[in-house]
Amino acid sequence: MDKNRLISIKEEKRAKIIENLLQNDLIELVEDKVVLKGDYYKNQLRIALRNCDIINPFDIEEYIAFDGYLALHNVLTNLSQREVVDIMKNSLLRGRGGAGFPTGKKWEEAFTFDADQKYIICNADEGDPGAFMDRSILEKDPHSVLEGMAIGGYAIGANKGFIYVRAEYPQAVKTLKHAIEEAKTLGLLGKDIFKSGFDFDIELRLGSGAFVCGEGTALIESIEGHRGMPRPKLQRTAHVGLWGKPTIINNVETFANVAPIILNGAEWFRSIGTEKSPGTKVFSLVGKIENAGLVEVPMGTKLRDIVFDIGGGCQNNKEYKAVQTGGPSGGCIPKEYLDVAVDFESLASIGSIMGSGGMVVMDENTCMMDIAKYFLEFSVDESCGKCIPCREGTRRMYEILELITEGKAQMSDLEELENLAHVVSDTSLCGLGQTAPNPVITTLKYYKDEYIAHIVDKKCPAKSCKPLITYTISDKCIGCTLCKKNCPVDAIQGELKVKHSIDIEKCIKCGSCYEVCPVKPVKAVEIY
Amino acid sequence: MKTVKLTIDNKEIEVDSSLTVMQAANSVGIKIPNLCYDERLDIFGACRMCVVEIEGSKKLQTSCSTKVRDGMVVHTKTEKVIQARREILRLLLDNHPNDCLTCEKAGDCLLQDYAYEYDVKFRNHTGKIRDRYIDDSNPFYVYDAQKCILCGLCVRVCSRLQVTGAIDFVNRGFDTIIGTPFNDGLINSDCVSCGNCVSVCPTGALMPKSKEKFRTWEVEKVKTTCTFCGVGCQINLLTKDDKVVGVEPVKNAVNEGLLCVKGKFSFNFINHPDRLNAPLLKEDGVFKEISWDRAYEIIKEKVDKYMAENGPDSFAGLSSARCTNEENYLFQKLFRAVLKTNNIDHCARL
Ligand SMILES: Cc1cc2nc3c(=O)[nH]c(=O)nc-3n(C[C@H](O)[C@H](O)[C@H](O)COP(=O)(O)O)c2cc1C
Ligand code: SF4
Ligand code: SF4
Ligand code: SF4
Repeated sequence: MDKNRLISIKEEKRAKIIENLLQNDLIELVEDKVVLKGDYYKNQLRIALRNCDIINPFDIEEYIAFDGYLALHNVLTNLSQREVVDIMKNSLLRGRGGAGFPTGKKWEEAFTFDADQKYIICNADEGDPGAFMDRSILEKDPHSVLEGMAIGGYAIGANKGFIYVRAEYPQAVKTLKHAIEEAKTLGLLGKDIFKSGFDFDIELRLGSGAFVCGEGTALIESIEGHRGMPRPKLQRTAHVGLWGKPTIINNVETFANVAPIILNGAEWFRSIGTEKSPGTKVFSLVGKIENAGLVEVPMGTKLRDIVFDIGGGCQNNKEYKAVQTGGPSGGCIPKEYLDVAVDFESLASIGSIMGSGGMVVMDENTCMMDIAKYFLEFSVDESCGKCIPCREGTRRMYEILELITEGKAQMSDLEELENLAHVVSDTSLCGLGQTAPNPVITTLKYYKDEYIAHIVDKKCPAKSCKPLITYTISDKCIGCTLCKKNCPVDAIQGELKVKHSIDIEKCIKCGSCYEVCPVKPVKAVEIY
Repeated sequence: MKTVKLTIDNKEIEVDSSLTVMQAANSVGIKIPNLCYDERLDIFGACRMCVVEIEGSKKLQTSCSTKVRDGMVVHTKTEKVIQARREILRLLLDNHPNDCLTCEKAGDCLLQDYAYEYDVKFRNHTGKIRDRYIDDSNPFYVYDAQKCILCGLCVRVCSRLQVTGAIDFVNRGFDTIIGTPFNDGLINSDCVSCGNCVSVCPTGALMPKSKEKFRTWEVEKVKTTCTFCGVGCQINLLTKDDKVVGVEPVKNAVNEGLLCVKGKFSFNFINHPDRLNAPLLKEDGVFKEISWDRAYEIIKEKVDKYMAENGPDSFAGLSSARCTNEENYLFQKLFRAVLKTNNIDHCARL
């Protein structure tokens, strides 16, 4: 494999792929650039997702057709390790896995640390509920990750890479295996790549469904064959990592950004996004949103633009209530802050985090205590059990939220909840415990009145917590019997054309009656 | 050796730059509480009890896993630190049986000591407590998950020092316990019953199956050398009313706090009614107790007799690995110098 071969593959394939996509009406050409067609994509800028839904992930030549492996060629034949590290540092690319640590700086740590063996690891353990950014890249453009890893390997002096991918992503595993084989066959992985003397191999390691194994040191423990529990940070993994050797761990999306930075330069990358958070970020927009899906936009884009312009606002024209960014480690962002710029600093300033890019949209019918409880339950289940505050404390917090949503809590429980939230976040060992209270802390900050309504008035303002609501039928009832027929527990009495009534003792609050009541504009079934 | 200067609790000290804050504090007699640290093992960082305040960092830092730096100013007993430790202890007590009254470990339990020191009490709550799980399949010791604080000392001692790796953490989060593969019971695991996990456990979660009832404050500790082999492990015999009721390894000795199954658990023979306490003489097919003086007389008579009849090489001696080196030395001296024969051997050679 050499540069001429790369270019001839590109010339041979590219036009054909584009023609095919145009024929199927899937793309349009904007200033010679391929852009996916439709309003949803109009306001996006796709760098990490550049090839997704455009190329066939099982054909390496299609990746090459869109400049694939040119960056690796350039790095191996024209640039020194130091130069690659400097380009990455200049680009100010920040890790997309959650913490936003500058990638170039991290690479430099490993590059300047002398060792006989170094490793590069791609963190593909994506475990946040509702997040599937990394999955898309792995399944639709695996070579962008392999190329990024090989460049990273060259930069720090590692010739062995691991992709730690969760076993719940079988398609991603299949795609990656195929991609690694193809790259080896073409000599783009393996020995003496581009005759540069640089060897680089990649192996897969499958995670077995523990969220905490996405944490860097737990991931290392897991690859080493131990139980996935985070290590105390006595030394940096860039110095002492996998099997005690210097190790760089980066996220899938981080690696997917590497080749474009090498090809277009650090200046180009810094011209996108904000000064401190350059580039784009992929978000997975889910929840009560009209257009759910993956969104890649420049950093600093307003939250409002993502939720409304791209996402189309809440489903069924319901009112927007909040969006949870950063998954279980993040916080919710209320209406008042819809104009916040989505970048690392701005989100942190209002108590949330960027996280890996999950965005769960909630409408007026979402109870924030319920949301806090949901995310906390996730953390309770996923806590590895190593340290006391996270193992014991998240469980106690969850129990208080249970009491609140069941209408059994007292104001003293709320004090205890706040107290525990701080203990857990201040003293836990790893990021999981340190951030697990965030959903509670932010809902307490922005929706304290809802907490108080649950505790003092025993009411759920969003009419979502079952123990706190009652279903009744008003005088508007036309006696259509629809609700009676649909009630699964026969709690509704009434004859045809006569007002119906609900037996509160029997009612299980499933809401079927409310759903089917045909009376308009205000339904005859009422919820208190 | 590079050194750094730092201040801990207003005390200026100079220490080796490779130390952690906890080690530095310990070196000048400032004790920092902890439930999962052991100087023989890698830093684990699980209990979070060792948090301290370091000027310049907003968050509390765990002193076990923070390296000393030049100019560092550390406070180990501030209001914030003490509050955090109390909360951690409270979380532990919320999930611990209120059983100190009859717990065998009472008086020797770190959790109890810290709860007392930090004035944290059991309280009533309606939340979950860990499921009951007791593994008493091993004949020598028993594991009670409800008393376990998951410090991981047993796991690490078993895998790093004993190098058996019989036990590990099982399940996750709140349901975590210490167990064996497939939770098949200790008796079906690789466990060699060395009891080193029992010796290191800070609570009553891992306890010897003692036949004697005693409270830790009733026993006298008698330091001695284990007699089972020639290694010379140092042990404390725990005695109550002149009876040996338990054994604990001595930490600052050749065995570094470790023992084998015999040293740790095999002491019941000392008080056993069948144990020989005096020499026996067989007459007319029946053993009879005699005095030591009488026994030596008989030995001497027989030695003289056979020496005269058959010479030195009609004697042979076999010594035991359970004797000390000194005893073995004297034994061979007796054979070589007094009886003048080289027919001398030792069971450990078999
Ligand atoms: C509980 C926990 C789970 C994590 N899960 C992931 C994950 O699934 N994927 C990921 O890339 N980073 C995850 N991280 C962040 C990693 O620890 C690490 O910061 C990241 O992989 C570094 O890569 P980056 O610099 O490219 O972001 C997680 C962190 C924590 C504390
Ligand atoms: S914070 Fe939670 S997940 Fe992290 S080490 Fe502690 S128990 Fe494990
Ligand atoms: S008795 Fe010894 S071998 Fe058995 S679990 Fe304990 S430390 Fe491991
Ligand atoms: S059994 Fe004892 S030593 Fe082992 S984890 Fe539990 S408390 Fe710690």
